[in-house]
Amino acid sequence: MEILVKPRPGLLDPEGKAIHHALRSLGWTDISDVRVGKAIYIDLEAEDSVTALETTEAMCRKILANPVTEDFEVSVVGDTERITA
Amino acid sequence: MRVGVVTFPGSNCDYDLYKAAQQVGADVEFIWHRQKSLDGYDVVMLPGGFSYGDYLRAGAIARISPVMEDIVGFAENGGPVLGICNGFQILCEAGLLPGALIRNVSLRFESRDVHMLVEQTETPFTSEYQKGQILRIPIAHGEGNYEADGQLLEQLEAEGRIVFRYVNRGGEMTEEANPNGSRNSIAGLTNESGNVLGMMPHPERAMEEILGSVDGMGVFLSLAANLSTVVL
Repeated sequence: MEILVKPRPGLLDPEGKAIHHALRSLGWTDISDVRVGKAIYIDLEAEDSVTALETTEAMCRKILANPVTEDFEVSVVGDTERITA
Repeated sequence: MRVGVVTFPGSNCDYDLYKAAQQVGADVEFIWHRQKSLDGYDVVMLPGGFSYGDYLRAGAIARISPVMEDIVGFAENGGPVLGICNGFQILCEAGLLPGALIRNVSLRFESRDVHMLVEQTETPFTSEYQKGQILRIPIAHGEGNYEADGQLLEQLEAEGRIVFRYVNRGGEMTEEANPNGSRNSIAGLTNESGNVLGMMPHPERAMEEILGSVDGMGVFLSLAANLSTVVL
């Protein structure tokens, strides 16, 4: 499973800002915004993709993302054979 | 007053808190994060540090420690809970306090003395201070930038739950005096019923003249005055 945890829109992202400055100083001046999140990869055994997605979303709501500051996106990646088998 | 200081793997201000509570006459014990019962404690304190290496998010893993379930129950029954620095982050992650603490605007770990204003004295943690008093207290954190949406901020303001605010030496709330970018310069706030306080500055490090300030002592004296039968 791939989980993308992203800072919520409108929330100040100081790390993104610092990277934005760095890119600009290297000559990429046409960037309007940079935001930094994180990717979490989980190997999971489940009946099917739908169940795997549901389980992973529950993990996100419970601990992996903070609803005050972060949004998340979950997708099935990699060896899905093993998941659907 | 019987105080329990919780130690998580990675806590590093637990001994300072222990000493600070002892200094005002409290009977203090450490509570290991795996302990399940909080019977007999009058106050529970969550110290600063880097519980679980701040992995995932500061406080995110500590808040699922076995002891946290009892701390939530203790707080819901009106028991006073004080969270300092990482302890504040844990209280937010546990949902005992609203909002979240994100990376400092400066992107730096800020370790220095700051000034903060005592705005609310009607709490068991601040009753020995004067309203409007300016304290000099050390901070030491990388993620102390208090974040909350507009509606929550309005509610916190209206309900008088902002206990401490970052100010300059003269007591003015300015951008320069805000060390981390916190919304409304919030340095400390309580839950709705006022028995849970989270704060980023370290009052337990401002207990001795020789170390530069005794302005933190009021927090511990207030708790002792409100909870103790011991004559100080």
